Amino acid sequence: MFVVKYRKISYALSILLVLFSIFTISKWGLNYGIDFKGGSIIEVEYQGVRPSHDDITSIVKNSGVDSEIVVRPTGEKGYIIRTADLASSTMSVVTSNLTTSNFSTSTLGATSTATGNVTSAEKNNAVNKSTTTIGTIKRMDTVGPILGEELQSKSITSIILVILAIVLFITFAFRHVSKPVSSWKYGLAAIIALAHDVLVPTGIYAFLGRNGGYEIDALFVTAILVILGFSIHDTIVVFDRTRENLKLDDHHKEAFDKTVGKSISQTFARSINTSLTTILALVALFIFGAEATKNFSLVLIIGIVLGTYSSIFLGSPLLVTFWKAQKNK
Amino acid sequence: MKKVRISAILLLIFGFAVLSFDYYSQVPGQGFISNFPFKLGLDLSGGSHLVYQADLTNTKTVDGTKDLDGAMESLRGVIESRINAFGVSEPIIQTEKSTIGGEEVRKLVVELPGVTDLQKAIDTIGKTPVLEFKIQKEGTSSDAVLEATRMEQAKLEAAAFVGEGAVTSNASDATSSLVSLLTSTSTATKSTSTAVASIDYSKLYADTGLTGQYLKSASVQFDSNTRQPLVSITFDNVGKEKFANITGANVGKVLAIFLDGQPISTPVIRDQIKDGSAVISGNFTPVEARSLARDLRYGALPVPINLIGTQSIGASLGENALNASVNAGIWGFLIISLFLLVWYRLPGLVAIVSLIMYTIFNLAIFKLIPVVLTSAGLAAFILSIGMAVDGNILIFERMREELAKGHTLEDAIREGFARAWLSIRDSNLSSIITALILYFFATSALIKGFALVFLIGVLVSMFTAITVSRTFLLALGVKRHKGIVKFLFSNGLKR
Repeated sequence: MFVVKYRKISYALSILLVLFSIFTISKWGLNYGIDFKGGSIIEVEYQGVRPSHDDITSIVKNSGVDSEIVVRPTGEKGYIIRTADLASSTMSVVTSNLTTSNFSTSTLGATSTATGNVTSAEKNNAVNKSTTTIGTIKRMDTVGPILGEELQSKSITSIILVILAIVLFITFAFRHVSKPVSSWKYGLAAIIALAHDVLVPTGIYAFLGRNGGYEIDALFVTAILVILGFSIHDTIVVFDRTRENLKLDDHHKEAFDKTVGKSISQTFARSINTSLTTILALVALFIFGAEATKNFSLVLIIGIVLGTYSSIFLGSPLLVTFWKAQKNK
Repeated sequence: MKKVRISAILLLIFGFAVLSFDYYSQVPGQGFISNFPFKLGLDLSGGSHLVYQADLTNTKTVDGTKDLDGAMESLRGVIESRINAFGVSEPIIQTEKSTIGGEEVRKLVVELPGVTDLQKAIDTIGKTPVLEFKIQKEGTSSDAVLEATRMEQAKLEAAAFVGEGAVTSNASDATSSLVSLLTSTSTATKSTSTAVASIDYSKLYADTGLTGQYLKSASVQFDSNTRQPLVSITFDNVGKEKFANITGANVGKVLAIFLDGQPISTPVIRDQIKDGSAVISGNFTPVEARSLARDLRYGALPVPINLIGTQSIGASLGENALNASVNAGIWGFLIISLFLLVWYRLPGLVAIVSLIMYTIFNLAIFKLIPVVLTSAGLAAFILSIGMAVDGNILIFERMREELAKGHTLEDAIREGFARAWLSIRDSNLSSIITALILYFFATSALIKGFALVFLIGVLVSMFTAITVSRTFLLALGVKRHKGIVKFLFSNGLKR
């Protein structure tokens, strides 16, 4: 099987990806969302014309927010505003100012002529020389530090538990395999593949966090846990075949690398196809789905592609590498 | 063969029955089954989500242990009645316990569908009329205490500069014969405890342990002489006993009624009151009296709470998210179906039927449990559609191997299923573990929704892969593996 034969190429590729991830994570760190670090988010949408970025910032500042204010445009008419965790009273001042403030005529006039798309309310405003534009609060979130801490500790616990459960599962599933490679080495290979599948999406996310404002939130952690489960399932499918083929070949006539190669080719179509249908579903979710789950589906797509790749090109070839190392001793 | 075909037909009928349940339970006015609509989470329907942390440091100790669960349960009850009075349909109020940094934290989570005015919601819940009865301290004279109280209140008013409604007056002796309490000097402070913190009533009054917690009812009455509105209260059995003891032991002393830390009425006890009823006269306006009576009726909060997180989602945003998710589901389904048909041909068609059944069953389970669907839950469902095909693909690939070994088609189908089952079980086990851990460690309804839908999806997919796909493939009843049949049962690029 070419996969086993050219395993050094796939090792090199994986090492490159892992190095890239370690680089992005250590250089830029992870961009945590408010559900981890606490803070407030307000999403506001304006009818017809959108006030300028600076207007929004100054409104929020003048409403009694003294922390850092990050304003990002969203969609055609909206803004997402991020601040430190606001008291509910401050929040209500901010939202009422955002929805009813008067914006400077110059900004409004300029934008409405530019868009040429003026609602009747806007026309009236123009006639009256009034500068009120109507804003609607689409959503607001506030997460206090306690909730952030809780999410951190629960995320860590659940990641540890999932990994533990997986290690137990592999140890149990492969307890009878000992020749020519002992069962713990299957476990080790699976864990290496697993680490790869989790580290790389995290690294990519650190990169996207730095360059596109992507944030690590509770859904990201969920996606990572799903990837863990998926990756192990894919790896086990191939290992399972190897185990079965070893059993069939009682007298060990066939060299181990041949058995692994055969197992990979027997499960190749299945691995690719099952991942493919999952990825098709996720791509539909990414393209058509809700804003809230877009980043989530992206992480899953990356993780599942990697999980499939690593189960074929990393996990099983590693078994062969372990076997060779043991033979040369 | 006949048997298999009958099962296949029965399965189809069952599928149709479940489908019509899915459909008609969404239509209102269909009788019993209209009780099973989809339940949408706040992120899809719009509404407010509030998280409070309960401060249990001062919870009373009973028999050496603090009954924290009991305190939280009574807190939940009070908040629930308050929200019900506010008129929100189907609110969710639940208590949660979690350990953060080694410390146990008790939370109260409130979900208010359709409420997007966050401030109003916070006010409704957070409005805590803390009603306390305090007795003048040992060794003080009632006159001195009353005078000091009056002075303090005057100071408060001067300092707070409350223009409206804050009038100090000597309320007349109340009428009601059942209460002999009322030689009262009373003040209604409009805004409760604003700025001034210097007032220390604890020097004048001692706690009696009698609070609004022991109230049975509260209502508005009018003084028959002055037409002043009064709030009449009745204690429950425990409160009645406490009240009788306190009034019995302190005849001639001042029993002050504190609302939110401010004395609103300072009557002198004339006699023991055994029937557990009293009147609060506090120079109220009728509106104030009514709202006080209502707030007291729904109870003061037995435990102080702090708001630690809020979320509010506008209805339009929720609706967009719902439409987008449904859209993504339909597209996902179509693309997967196309792939199955092109790659696996006839078995692929069977897999599509199986997938349709999978979807129908899942939707029915969402209604029956009921599962609160969030955007993450719908994402999990779409993801699970992709994963549900896995069982079928496993079976088809095994089947193909059996065919290659020279088995007849029917044997290949049976053998393929039998051998694939172990793999299906093992490969789904890791997903089940992940889903369970996610469910039990989820911090938000969003993630819990994801985990639950994911778990249900994995379980249902195992069922549909081995029953539905198997029955339909066998029911096709193809015997020969030649010509067109061979083409239909091949896959990929083969002819």
